[in-house]
Amino acid sequence: MQFVIAETLEHALELMASGSRPIAGGTDLVVGARQGKEPLPDALVAIDRLGVLASIDGGTGEDGEIVIGACVSHATIAGHGDIIDLVPGLADGSSLVGSPATRHVGTIGGNIMNASPAMDTGAPLLAAGAAVEVASTRGSRLLAVADLWLGPGQTSVDSDELCVAVHIPRPGPRTSSAYVRLEYRRTMEIAVVGAGAQVSLSDDGSVASASVALTAVAPVIIAVQGLSEVVGLQPGEAARTVARLASEQSRPISDLRASDRYRRHTVGVMASRAVLAACRRAAGEEIAVPVNRSEGIGAGYPGDAVANTTADGVEL
Amino acid sequence: MKINLNVNGVTFPVDIEPDRSLSGVLRNEIGLTGTKEGCDDCECGACMVLLDGHPVNSCSYLAVQTDGRQVTTVEGLADADGLAPLQQAMLDAGGVQCGFCTPGMLMSATALLSENPEPTVEEIRIGLSGNLCRCTGYAKIIEAVGSDAPST
Ligand SMILES: Cc1cc2nc3c(=O)[nH]c(=O)nc-3n(C[C@H](O)[C@H](O)[C@H](O)COP(=O)(O)OP(=O)(O)OC[C@H]3O[C@@H](n4cnc5c(N)ncnc54)[C@H](O)[C@@H]3O)c2cc1C
Ligand code: FES
Ligand code: FES
Repeated sequence: MQFVIAETLEHALELMASGSRPIAGGTDLVVGARQGKEPLPDALVAIDRLGVLASIDGGTGEDGEIVIGACVSHATIAGHGDIIDLVPGLADGSSLVGSPATRHVGTIGGNIMNASPAMDTGAPLLAAGAAVEVASTRGSRLLAVADLWLGPGQTSVDSDELCVAVHIPRPGPRTSSAYVRLEYRRTMEIAVVGAGAQVSLSDDGSVASASVALTAVAPVIIAVQGLSEVVGLQPGEAARTVARLASEQSRPISDLRASDRYRRHTVGVMASRAVLAACRRAAGEEIAVPVNRSEGIGAGYPGDAVANTTADGVEL
Repeated sequence: MKINLNVNGVTFPVDIEPDRSLSGVLRNEIGLTGTKEGCDDCECGACMVLLDGHPVNSCSYLAVQTDGRQVTTVEGLADADGLAPLQQAMLDAGGVQCGFCTPGMLMSATALLSENPEPTVEEIRIGLSGNLCRCTGYAKIIEAVGSDAPST
């Protein structure tokens, strides 16, 4: 096996043009190889030290777009002030990934390019209308995340193309987002199902526009269709409608984690909770990241039992 | 492939296959066996080390990716004067039974406390959430990390 640490972006692209696969954190690539999913490629180029891939622009450009470098870690996204302010749904997603170690090592580029239907940043990015910037020695291009995923582990990006950054349009006023997932454990767990929502509210508090995307109910992350139905509805009614549409449109598999029926039902529940949390945030309420913990979706949550005491009742 | 592995402030030049895991190289090439391999599959956290101060599961991290960066293992916590306060707190609280998870717990807790010197119990739980312990039931470990917090 050949392994090279890229010195510049151009260096990485040249190596990819001659057949090297990129490795960022390796939390999918190396773990997958060790589990026998797919052997490590013959040639790897490490991109995790490229400073150009590691920055976040929280909307300082003319168009106000938020630009997140491919090698930004989940830990950085989950704690970044601009992301929490502008696209809290993405911060919700990143803060649920694995453990603190997984979040420090795992990157957003690796998450979306790995193309797992259970990835936690996919639904918030799709709901936010994000685009992916890819580059190769042949040039660079921007494609909508909606056009990125073809199936489990498959993307529409060529093997010599590197994901450089994710671009998120700046949300307008009274607009916010949320991501929630159903999980059996609080950590080191992937989504049973999940949903991300971005909602804009009118002055009267009704929904002006909404987009919702679903995790782990199809071969790829899917967008809920027909959301013009919820325009003009108050949040509670909008959430119920979204739940119905989400369940109707999902086509999940049965596996050892959940049956298809259970997934189809629970994805509606997650979608309605994501819509409600996004509406509350859009109305100005602060709901701490991630919604799963602050609102108590899934296993135990703060305020539930432990707060600031040990099991023996000792206050810390 | 020749790399310079910097562990606990000492540089070890090693010549290794690029697919070797960091935990394997630490244990078998350098001889630092404090880092444990429990699952060898990125699940249990026994292999946790710090890379430039952040926790990483060394069983599932390529050793060559650490070339020239700072790796800290459990052997790097104590100094000439003795155990680090966190290590002492683990012993005092009874957070160690068989001890197999302890190096990994200590490394995750060290990373947590350096970012957040006074964590709440909830924050300690999240900080240690990538580390499994089959003996203690976690309560004493959480107590140890909490009791050490104000003094670090
Ligand atoms: C214990 C554990 C728990 C996990 N929990 C979760 C979870 O809860 N939610 C979740 O979504 N994921 C989870 N994951 C999966 C993984 O951590 C994430 O998908 C992570 O974001 C992957 O990033 P990485 O940098 O480690 O990717 P890598 O493993 O380095 O790369 C993944 C794939 O993407 C390609 N790639 C990487 N970067 C680029 C790029 N810039 N351009 C083009 N291709 C690229 C690689 O060639 C490879 O095919 C978990 C993994 C582990 C080991
Ligand atoms: S040995 Fe690395 S996580 Fe278990
Ligand atoms: S003390 Fe035995 S596994 Fe934790």
